[in-house]
Amino acid sequence: MLNWRSQRVRAWCYQVALIGVFIVLVGWLLHNTLGNMRMRGIQSGFDFLLDPAGFDIGESVFTFTSTQTYGTAFLVGLFNTLRVSCIAIVICTLWGTVLGIGRLSGNALARGLCYVYTELFRNIPLLLQLLMWYVVLVELMPDTETPLHFRDWVLLSKEGLALPWLMSEGLTLTPEFLALTWGLTLYTSAFVAEVIRSGIQSVPLGQVEAALSIGLSPWQRLRLVVLPQALRLIVPPLTNQYLNAIKNSSLAVAIGYPDLVSISNTTLNQTGRAVECIAIVMAVYLTLSLLTASGMNYFNRRAALKER
Amino acid sequence: MQHHASNLLPARQAPVHSVSVGQWAKHNLWGTPASAVTTALLVLILLWFIPSLLEWSVLNAVFSADADQCQAARDIGACWGVVTEKYRLILFGRYPFDAQWRPLLATLILTSLLVMSCSPAFWNRYLAVVWLLVWLIFFALMGGGKWFGIPTGLVYVPTDQWGGLPLTMMLATLSITLAFPLAILVALGRQSTMPAIRSACIVYVELVRGVPLISVLFMASFMLPLLLPTGTSPDVLIRVLIGITLFSAAYTAEIVRGGLQAIPLGQIEATYTLGLSYWQTQRQVVLPQALAHVVPSLMNNFIAIFKDTSLVTIVSLYELSGALGLAVSGDPNWRPFKIEAYLFITLIYFCICFAMSRYSLWVERQVLHR
Amino acid sequence: MTSPLIQFENVNKWFGTFHALRDINLQVHPGERIVICGPSGSGKSTLLRCINRLEEHQEGKLTVMGIEVTDDLKAIERIRRQVGMVFQQFNLFPHLSVLDNLTLAPIWVEKINPEQAEERAMQQLERVHIAEQAHKFPLQLSGGQQQRVAIARALCLTPQILLFDEPTSALDPEMVQEVLDVMTSLAQQGVTMMCVTHEMGFARAVADRVIFMDEGQIIEEAPPKAFFENAQHTRTQAFLERLVF
Repeated sequence: MLNWRSQRVRAWCYQVALIGVFIVLVGWLLHNTLGNMRMRGIQSGFDFLLDPAGFDIGESVFTFTSTQTYGTAFLVGLFNTLRVSCIAIVICTLWGTVLGIGRLSGNALARGLCYVYTELFRNIPLLLQLLMWYVVLVELMPDTETPLHFRDWVLLSKEGLALPWLMSEGLTLTPEFLALTWGLTLYTSAFVAEVIRSGIQSVPLGQVEAALSIGLSPWQRLRLVVLPQALRLIVPPLTNQYLNAIKNSSLAVAIGYPDLVSISNTTLNQTGRAVECIAIVMAVYLTLSLLTASGMNYFNRRAALKER
Repeated sequence: MQHHASNLLPARQAPVHSVSVGQWAKHNLWGTPASAVTTALLVLILLWFIPSLLEWSVLNAVFSADADQCQAARDIGACWGVVTEKYRLILFGRYPFDAQWRPLLATLILTSLLVMSCSPAFWNRYLAVVWLLVWLIFFALMGGGKWFGIPTGLVYVPTDQWGGLPLTMMLATLSITLAFPLAILVALGRQSTMPAIRSACIVYVELVRGVPLISVLFMASFMLPLLLPTGTSPDVLIRVLIGITLFSAAYTAEIVRGGLQAIPLGQIEATYTLGLSYWQTQRQVVLPQALAHVVPSLMNNFIAIFKDTSLVTIVSLYELSGALGLAVSGDPNWRPFKIEAYLFITLIYFCICFAMSRYSLWVERQVLHR
Repeated sequence: MTSPLIQFENVNKWFGTFHALRDINLQVHPGERIVICGPSGSGKSTLLRCINRLEEHQEGKLTVMGIEVTDDLKAIERIRRQVGMVFQQFNLFPHLSVLDNLTLAPIWVEKINPEQAEERAMQQLERVHIAEQAHKFPLQLSGGQQQRVAIARALCLTPQILLFDEPTSALDPEMVQEVLDVMTSLAQQGVTMMCVTHEMGFARAVADRVIFMDEGQIIEEAPPKAFFENAQHTRTQAFLERLVF
């Protein structure tokens, strides 16, 4: 007998009601979308990915011409995103660790400077930082004819950072790439520093006292007792920062670096397939997030303490 | 061998321990060889860096709004004249120049209410009513025209002309406020035993957290017009507001969920044995503790959302960075001095965010000491 | 009389405005077993922790093995190598195995080679009757086993004196005896020790001197028989009356 006072019956009713509302809502949204698309003459479907792109891409890991497909263009965007994200993640881990340990240093000057750095870079929006670095690299750098240089190995000008000796034809990093990677790294390092610092400070005081009582030096204490235990506490929030770095690389669209979002934007404007383009971008980022999270999870399990 | 104390000693005052500057410096700056080397290196770097910075930003800088003087001082001194000249355009965006007293007043009222809300002295039920009133006043001042048929006596200014600081403050504050109740519901939903509700909440949170804010803003910008009935075209401001609110709610929900998980099951069981219903339990026992637990993370989240409002530039709402672009890039006289203008809004953002993080530390201490 | 290992001369310590140690005068000679007891908050642990500079005293002179305890980092390090400590919460390093916990200090502080360190570690583990757990990790052991490992870890540096800070207070009752047995056998082997504890049975059986502290002061000091049967100060008598043992 259906009894309103039964918990199970009520739960069932709530869920049926929720699903019902959900179906009605989705139905209404679909109806609107189809109507709107018909009205604006927008077609749907992912077949546009096989059409020629019709635009060039400023920089790419492999050569891309405008005759290649939209699908290939998205691939270029993905690689550009990965390029920036991976470099930023590696460098910000190293620099962030230095800063985090520096904030706990015995030297007051080091402590103070690390504090200033982390507060400064954490309290200014990333977009603003990227825009400023971009202005510096594009307008305040000297012209290509008179670059800043260190011998013939490193040349810095409005065109970017040139390293002529690297690989067969030399390597030039564009100002867009430089501004994005540099800005993203400096920004994320400040957050990584906080994660590391708070992880170290969360190691129980008893552990530090035990290390003191057996006569370890401060450096030995940090390396042998504190850091291995802090690692457990650091990995989850560090994973978060890595995911943030990957997502923040999407700000490339503001300074003209052709990352995934930027190319998706161009495609969207050209083909009008808003839903498909946005869906592709979201799917890619979700996959990247999942992959990074599982990788860090594996690392987390290995760093876990062996218990009963 | 056996002895005992003949009289008990009373407690004394602790000796005043004054450390001379020399002693402090020795302990903190050159106590060990490694420390001394570090200090030497850092001092060298600072000596190379700071004097030239001071020269550029203060000593040789031009403060008056004189483009020629600025050009003459290029590369030698900063041109703060660009700020003197363009600050109103940067702060208020494309808002009609003569009516800029309106966004100024609106921002001041909103900011004062925000600051007042930070102090525990004002935490009572009237605060909610005051907030509602202030929002009405804010939108009436900014928008003007007719409000629900009642004329305000002010000229109508469409939302795509709103910009600068008022826009940033409004977007951040309103989206955080609207996101909060949604976040609590989603966090509770994720703990729910009903699979439909739980799955819906999980999908929402993981989906939104897995993608960049830019995508959410683009989605709100491009897809909302498609999703709503033909003919309706919601304001770009509303679209962006919905986007940021949904984004913020997902992150806040995760933080609240962390707090909920820290409440021992025993507490919930105790309230059930006392006869309280689910919603009463949540309201009286679980949520107050859970939220107190995660106050620092919540504040960090708010600071992050405030910074994220800068992204609305990319979808053509001209907050501070966007307004700067309009004001300075388009004017060939002042274009070379974009950096100084950027440093100006950097200062604004930094002051606000830093103040919020100090406040967050203060709140944390308050909560811990209750 | 041999020169004292530890000498407190009018030592005073404050925690902020709280006067935690008041004019402490105490001498500990090699081979002595001292038990310190008293109500909580009396400063017993603080006194112990001042010896290896886990706490700093503000007034008075504290000498350990002829070295004065001051801010001098080198002096502190030398003292810590000669003074072993066993904590209430064991404080074993959870990320290292039992054996690695013991060999850490000998390898990194005394710089002896790993094989020698391991040999020494196994000897100490035998001494506390827990050699078979050498390759387990601390969190896989019971509380009593962990505390015995902690004692072995302190012994690995061949300290001149062992400090015990309420070693059995965090243990379940059935494990207290195994730790006390180890401490008793160490005492019988002649290890100098200072022990803060509530275990009066242990004090009676093992101590050379029992010290009673209250409100930061040493109220009474005597050999166990005199202490338990003929306490002279009223506070000591009141304390002993409240004890159940």
